Amino acid sequence: MSATVWSVAVAAGSFRRYATYRIATVAGVFTNTVFGFIVAYTYIALWDARPHLGGYDQAQALTFVWTAQALLAASALMAGGGIDELQERIRSGDIAVDLYRPADLQLWWLAADLGRAALQLIGRGVAPMAVGALVFPLALPSDPLTWGWFLLSVTLGVVVSFALRYLVALASFWLLDGSGLALISGLACMFFSGMVLPLRVFPGDFGALAQLLPWAGILQVPADVLVGARSGATLASGLLFQAAWGVALLALGRLVQTAATRKVVVHGG
Amino acid sequence: MSGAAAAEQLIEVDGVEKVFSVRRKAGRLRRVRHEVRAVDGITFQVPRGEMVGYIGPNGAGKSTTIKMLTGILVPSGGRLRVAGIDPARERTRLARRIGVVFGQRTTLWWDLPLKDSYELVRRMYRVPDAVYRANLDRCIELLDLGPLLSVPVRQLSLGQRMRGDIAAALLHDPEVLYLDEPTIGLDVISKAKVRAFLREVNAERGTTVLLTTHDLTDIEQLCRRVMVIDHGHLVYDGGLDGLRAAGDGERTLVVDLERELPPIEGVPGARTVKVEGPRQWLAFPAAQSAAPLVAAVAERYPLVDLSVREPDIEDVIATLYAGGRVPEGRAAADPA
Amino acid sequence: MASDGPADGVGGGRGAAMAQGLRAYGLIVGMWVRSTLAYRASFVMMAFGNFAATALDFVAIMLMFSQIDALGGFSLPEVAFLYGTSGVSLGLADLLLGSMDRLGRRVRDGTLDTLLLRPAPVFAQVAADRFALRRLGRITQSLLVLGWSLTRLDVDWTVGRMLMVPLMAVCGTAIFGAVFTAGAAFQFWAQDAAEVQNSFTYGGNAMLQYPPTVFAKDLVRGVTFLVPLAFVNWLPALRLLGRPDPLGLPGWADFLGPVVAALMCAGAAVAWRFGLRAYRSTGS
Repeated sequence: MSATVWSVAVAAGSFRRYATYRIATVAGVFTNTVFGFIVAYTYIALWDARPHLGGYDQAQALTFVWTAQALLAASALMAGGGIDELQERIRSGDIAVDLYRPADLQLWWLAADLGRAALQLIGRGVAPMAVGALVFPLALPSDPLTWGWFLLSVTLGVVVSFALRYLVALASFWLLDGSGLALISGLACMFFSGMVLPLRVFPGDFGALAQLLPWAGILQVPADVLVGARSGATLASGLLFQAAWGVALLALGRLVQTAATRKVVVHGG
Repeated sequence: MSGAAAAEQLIEVDGVEKVFSVRRKAGRLRRVRHEVRAVDGITFQVPRGEMVGYIGPNGAGKSTTIKMLTGILVPSGGRLRVAGIDPARERTRLARRIGVVFGQRTTLWWDLPLKDSYELVRRMYRVPDAVYRANLDRCIELLDLGPLLSVPVRQLSLGQRMRGDIAAALLHDPEVLYLDEPTIGLDVISKAKVRAFLREVNAERGTTVLLTTHDLTDIEQLCRRVMVIDHGHLVYDGGLDGLRAAGDGERTLVVDLERELPPIEGVPGARTVKVEGPRQWLAFPAAQSAAPLVAAVAERYPLVDLSVREPDIEDVIATLYAGGRVPEGRAAADPA
Repeated sequence: MASDGPADGVGGGRGAAMAQGLRAYGLIVGMWVRSTLAYRASFVMMAFGNFAATALDFVAIMLMFSQIDALGGFSLPEVAFLYGTSGVSLGLADLLLGSMDRLGRRVRDGTLDTLLLRPAPVFAQVAADRFALRRLGRITQSLLVLGWSLTRLDVDWTVGRMLMVPLMAVCGTAIFGAVFTAGAAFQFWAQDAAEVQNSFTYGGNAMLQYPPTVFAKDLVRGVTFLVPLAFVNWLPALRLLGRPDPLGLPGWADFLGPVVAALMCAGAAVAWRFGLRAYRSTGS
């Protein structure tokens, strides 16, 4: 009960905090839009050469482009997302204070990350998507229910993204310099989320494998839901896939957190 | 006006002002421009070899003045010369002749040994080898830098880093040294070391020093002359003693009587502010002489011992700020 | 003759100031390189990351070509040539001036002032600030792709054509460098807008990696006349590859690279001067 109350408070605080970075938000929207245009034209050329590549028609492919730009900040597709703050607290040792707080560390940071994601979805997601929809023929759903499923899928995607970043941050308890791991995990996320190219376009078994990795749940699944490539049973299996990875990674994070707490207690912070 | 006198003045500030245009929110969307006069027509001179304290509350215009003197900021009006150079126009030429230490902003290289930062200064300022060697040796000796030279700066304590920063600012033999809060956050021993070093630099090399600080002990121990700025105006410029008198300061006569007595009364110009057993405190204007007071008390009371306390400089400055008044007849004091 | 004494600066004229700037740039770069090498393992990792991040872009292109034979009418070696030339230019500009986007942060936290206290041009100091050797990763990766494309292209390599490739890299570096500088100058006014310049540098590079035939005419016009990035590689490369230019510009336009680069550098210099002057009169 009280955990729910403070979680909401933490999320709201984080939302408000990110709302203050106005000029940075405008600059980010501008950049997302520019990149959206560039990628959109390359996809038009690609789908002109191979219509129905990966089971998408051209409108769906273009929708994928703008979805990726819209989720870039919210789902932390290219690193970022404020988790480096946690890493910094671990490195400086301030984390010892957090561990003795009654509030659960993982839940605290998850709430903060969801608040940040909500703000960035609105602040940095809506405008590029709107520009994309004005200039290109997108395959956006007219059914509000599909939008609802999309939002749910995005939320689950943010949870998966958070769970991965949290694990990377916790590694700083053991690694002298966590930036290398953060870098590799950032690259993996960029490539295997579909940010660089939709996973459906990846060839053969490699493509099939990529669709099973957790990163697929961050962008590919939500985008599929939005463009109508998943409905009925495949929609359900997509959401389940995300939820399963989310739960598994959060559980793993909890295990690691317990080990880290023991380490801090033993070494006295 | 007087050419001969002007030649000796290393820093000349004549009616200098700095006006910022600030946009402020007025309502939801509307923004109003308005002017902030951070420095509002100040005038002073600093002769070569003097050590001057420059104090004032936050936002009074202290750092704006320093930024104009170093060429970072261009004044909006007035005339300004340092060593005969207009800082705004010839910033890089001036840079070779001044040294600056910002207490909270190190210029040392975080991940490299201290001596690497000095080597950079040597090459960037093109300091001749012999001069560099002599200056560095002197700094090493006086600031105890020997054991620190090969330590990466990030591993130095705050006090060690400050000493390192001060040395870095002096390697190129500057004629003027600007120090902004050089003792902030330092422990007592480091403070003492830094102060002793500054005294030495000023006395031996004749380096002119302009010192901004919140720690008035710095001023009391180092400077004979103080300038006080408030709301962009120079509200005081003169000796430390004069400052006490100027600020409505009161001196205190502490008398020890033979026994506990009711508060002393009937001494002209003085009032009793505190009684504690046989000891009593009498406050009187700082400008007034203590002798007649002592005579008046001794005449009527059984006196055992007495002492006169100077007004606390912090209180003096607090009253100066509060009053915002400009003491008259206190243009550049010459202690000579 | 360069004066060695302390009396240079304004009196020494433009040439002396330039020499002074280059010297300061070299000194500060040296300090950053040594700082970087103080954490050798971390440096190797970051350089690898820089390499891998750019390599992913090319992996995407290869994945595309696993499904198609030509993109916008261009073969894989031709796209690789565009990718390589643009990547080398951006990589060099990024290495030489890439940390200028930190200027806004320096203005905000006041550390720009410490640069104004040194006897060296501020531009040289800001350009050298946080010089990052790891950016050799991008250059190496782009050079590899460029080298591979040169072995596969069906071009009759005369001496003139061979010289065009390094010339493209030099002009391209200057053009991207001008964009980095103008973007930094903009931050004198808008300190949080660091990301905007990414649109023109990294975004421009993302665009130049693909053939101009892929993009809408208006977009191509924009990067030809408005922000003339097309001169980094598109126009000269189309000439080398024997392809028509989609805007139908006169043939001599393909050789305007050096002129455009010089004009852009001059424009960026003016923007920088204005920005610095504004900073020195407002202090923020």
